[in-house]
Amino acid sequence: MAPVTMVEAIREALDEEMQRDPTVVLIGEDIGVYGGAFKATEGLLAKYGWERVIDTPISETGLIGAAIGMSYQGLRPVAEMQFIDFIACGFNQMVNFAAKSHYRWGGPVPLVVRGPCGGGVHGGPFHSQNPEMWFVHAPGLKVIYPSTAYDAKGLLKSAIRDNNPVVCLEHKFLYRRVKEELPSEEYTVPLGKLAVRRPGRDLTIATYGAMALNSLEAAEELAKEGIEAEVLDLRTLMPLDRQGIIDSVRKTNKLLVVHEDVRSGGIAGEIAATVNEQAFEDLDGPILRVTSLDTPVPFAPPLEERFLPQVADITRAARELARY
Amino acid sequence: MALPEMKYPLSREQLLDLYYYMKLTRELDEQLVRLFRQNKVVGGLYSSIGQEASAVGTAYSLEPDDWIAPMIRNVGGLLVKGFRPRDILMQYMARSGSPTGGKDGTSHFGDIKKRHVVSPISMLGDLIPVMTGVAMGGRYLGQKLVTMTWIGDGGTSTGAFHEGMNLAASQHAPFVCVVENNQWAYSTPVSRQVPLKNLADRARAYGIPSFIMDGNDVVAVYQTTRQAVDMARRGEGPVLVESKTMRMKGHAQHDPAAYVPPEMFAYWKARDPIHRYEAWLTEHEVWDKKTQAEIAARIERELKEDLEFAESSPLPKPEVAEQGVYCEGCHTIEAHWERPQAEVQPPKSSVEAAWTVTDYGGLNGDAKPTAVAPTTAATPEAAPTNGAGAPAAAETAKSRSAGQRAAKAKHPARAASQPKGRG
Repeated sequence: MAPVTMVEAIREALDEEMQRDPTVVLIGEDIGVYGGAFKATEGLLAKYGWERVIDTPISETGLIGAAIGMSYQGLRPVAEMQFIDFIACGFNQMVNFAAKSHYRWGGPVPLVVRGPCGGGVHGGPFHSQNPEMWFVHAPGLKVIYPSTAYDAKGLLKSAIRDNNPVVCLEHKFLYRRVKEELPSEEYTVPLGKLAVRRPGRDLTIATYGAMALNSLEAAEELAKEGIEAEVLDLRTLMPLDRQGIIDSVRKTNKLLVVHEDVRSGGIAGEIAATVNEQAFEDLDGPILRVTSLDTPVPFAPPLEERFLPQVADITRAARELARY
Repeated sequence: MALPEMKYPLSREQLLDLYYYMKLTRELDEQLVRLFRQNKVVGGLYSSIGQEASAVGTAYSLEPDDWIAPMIRNVGGLLVKGFRPRDILMQYMARSGSPTGGKDGTSHFGDIKKRHVVSPISMLGDLIPVMTGVAMGGRYLGQKLVTMTWIGDGGTSTGAFHEGMNLAASQHAPFVCVVENNQWAYSTPVSRQVPLKNLADRARAYGIPSFIMDGNDVVAVYQTTRQAVDMARRGEGPVLVESKTMRMKGHAQHDPAAYVPPEMFAYWKARDPIHRYEAWLTEHEVWDKKTQAEIAARIERELKEDLEFAESSPLPKPEVAEQGVYCEGCHTIEAHWERPQAEVQPPKSSVEAAWTVTDYGGLNGDAKPTAVAPTTAATPEAAPTNGAGAPAAAETAKSRSAGQRAAKAKHPARAASQPKGRG
C-alpha cells in the first residue's frame, strides 16, 4: 500500500465514518465543491451529496451552533474550521453551549470540530495558533492533537463515535509532511491514551503535535551523546493520560515538557503540577519546559523561528536536565 | 356572541386550554415570588408576567413532535410542551428532583428524547443557529418538523442572532423565530437597541417572510404563529414573527424597573393578556363563571400538589457536582429516520460537485449565463424542502411584511447557493 499523508488519512477517516454511519454529516466553509481550504474533504460532496456535506455562509457561531443542533437530532456532525484560529468566532457555542450541555441537563453533544492549527508555515498571527488550552480549560470538551497520519485517522474516527464534543487539532505543517502506510483493515485509536514514540531511560520528553517530530529528532541527537530520552506523544490533551506520564517519570525520574503552544497557561504547567502531586518522590531534577514565546505568532520567518521551539532548544534543555 | 371566524379554528376545548396554560403561568409566577420572599429561591427570579400569551400561543401552534428552546420568560411554552410547575419550582429552588438535578436553575433545562425541548443558555442569540441545526437535522432524517425559539428585542442585537438567521435563511430551514419585543432589554429601551420601529423588518435583510402580531392577544398570537409554522413546515424556509408585548416586571426580582415610565406600565396593564382573554372568552360565550372557577380550582390544586412535591425534594448531594461532565454511555444517541437511509448513501447520494450559477451578479441583473453547470438532480429548488416536495401555494396574509415578497423572488443569492436535489 502506498504511504498516506496526514490530510489523506483525515479524509479516509471522514469517508469511512460517513460510509459506516449515515448520521455522520460534514458542515463548514468551502468544504463541498471546493473540498476545503486544505482539501481535507475533497471528493466527499460528490460521493455523499449536498445534505451530508454542507457549505455554510462565513459564520463560525452559526455553523458550530447548527452542528450542535444537528447533534441533538441524533446526528454526528463534523464541523470544519477553515483555520482553527477562527474557532474563536464560535467560542461561545463551544464553551457555553456544547461543553456544558451534558453536565447541565443531560443533553449529549456528539460533535467534532476539527481544523488546521499550528505554525511553521508563515501564516501569521491569525493562521498559526495553537488554541488547545482554551478548550482543555472548558470542562465537557475533549481535545485531540495527532502527530502521525495513523493517529490522525484513528483518533478522528474515535472522536466521531464519541458522545461528547471533541476539538480535533490538526497541525497544518504535518498535513503533507508526515506520511505512512496505514493498515488496510479498520482501526481506531482510543481517546485519552498517550503513545510512547521512543523508549528511553534517562529522561522523559512529554510532547504532542508537530513538537513530537522535533522531540524525536532531538532524542536522536541526544542518543549520540549517550542520553536516552523517552518520548511520549500525548495525542489527547483532555482527558489527559496522567497515569501514562507518571509511569514514564517513575522510570526516568526526569521530565521535560515540549509544546508549540505559548508558555503561560500551556499544558506543561498542568503536567508539572500533576507530577509534583503524584510522583514528587520519583523526581531527580526540576521539571523543565520548552515552549513557544508568550507572544502572538509573528509573521516574518526569522521572527516565527524565534517564536517556535527548535530542536536545539529541546536538546539544550534535555542536556541540562540530564546533568541532575 | 358567537366565535369569530378563525383561519385556524380553535375548539372550545383548545380555547380553554390556552387559558389554562396562561393562567397557570401567571399563578406559578406569583407562587415563585412568594417563595423568593421566603428565601427559598436560589439565585435570581425572572418573571413572565405580561408575556403569557406570547409564550403560550406560540408554543401551542406547534405539533407535539416539534422542537422548542425556551428563553427565560417562556415558562408558558415549557408548560405547553408538557413540563409541570414542579419542574420549574424545583429548578428555581435548586432541588435534586429538578430536571437538571440542581446543576442549573430557571428555565435552563430540556428534554431531547420525549418533549423535544433544547435547554437555553444565558448568552443570547446562540439558540438561533442551534435551533436552525435541529431543523436541518430533522429535515435530513426525513421528519416534517418545525423548530421554534424566542428571542427578546435586545437579543436581536447579537452577532449570533444574525449569523443564525442568515444561516437559517440560506439553508431554507424549517424554523420559526419569535422575536418577543417586550420593550426593555434589562434597563435599555428598545429604541436604544435597534433603530427600527418594527423588529420584524430585520427579516428583510435575510430575505425571509415575517409577521407582526399583538403579543397580548393569545388568539392572534396563535393564528399568526400557526401560519408561520405551517409555512415553515411546507418547506418555505424560516419565518420571523414579532410579538409586541411588555415585560411587566424588572429584569429579575431585584430590579424594581424604576426606569420604566409609570404611564407605560399603565398602558400595558390595561392590555393585560390574561384579563383580555378572560373578557374575550366571556364575550364569545366560550365559558361561564362555573367553568372559570373550575379552571382556577384545578390550577390551585395542581400548584399546591406541585409545591408540596418540590419542597419535599432535597437539595442535591455534594458529590453530584463531580458527575456527568462527559456522557460515558449514560445516554444513547438515536436518530429517528423517517426516510430510507439509502437515500443519503452512495450511489443514491452522489452528485456532481459543482454550483449552478444562474446570475452573473451584474448591476442590472440582466446578464444571464447561456449555459449553466449540468444538473444531475431533479430541480434546483427541490432540495431542502422538508421532504415535502414543492412548496405549497403562497399565503396571502395582509399582515405579512415586505420580506415575504422578497423571499418569493428567486434572488441570486438563493439561486446560486441552492444545492441540487437529493439525487
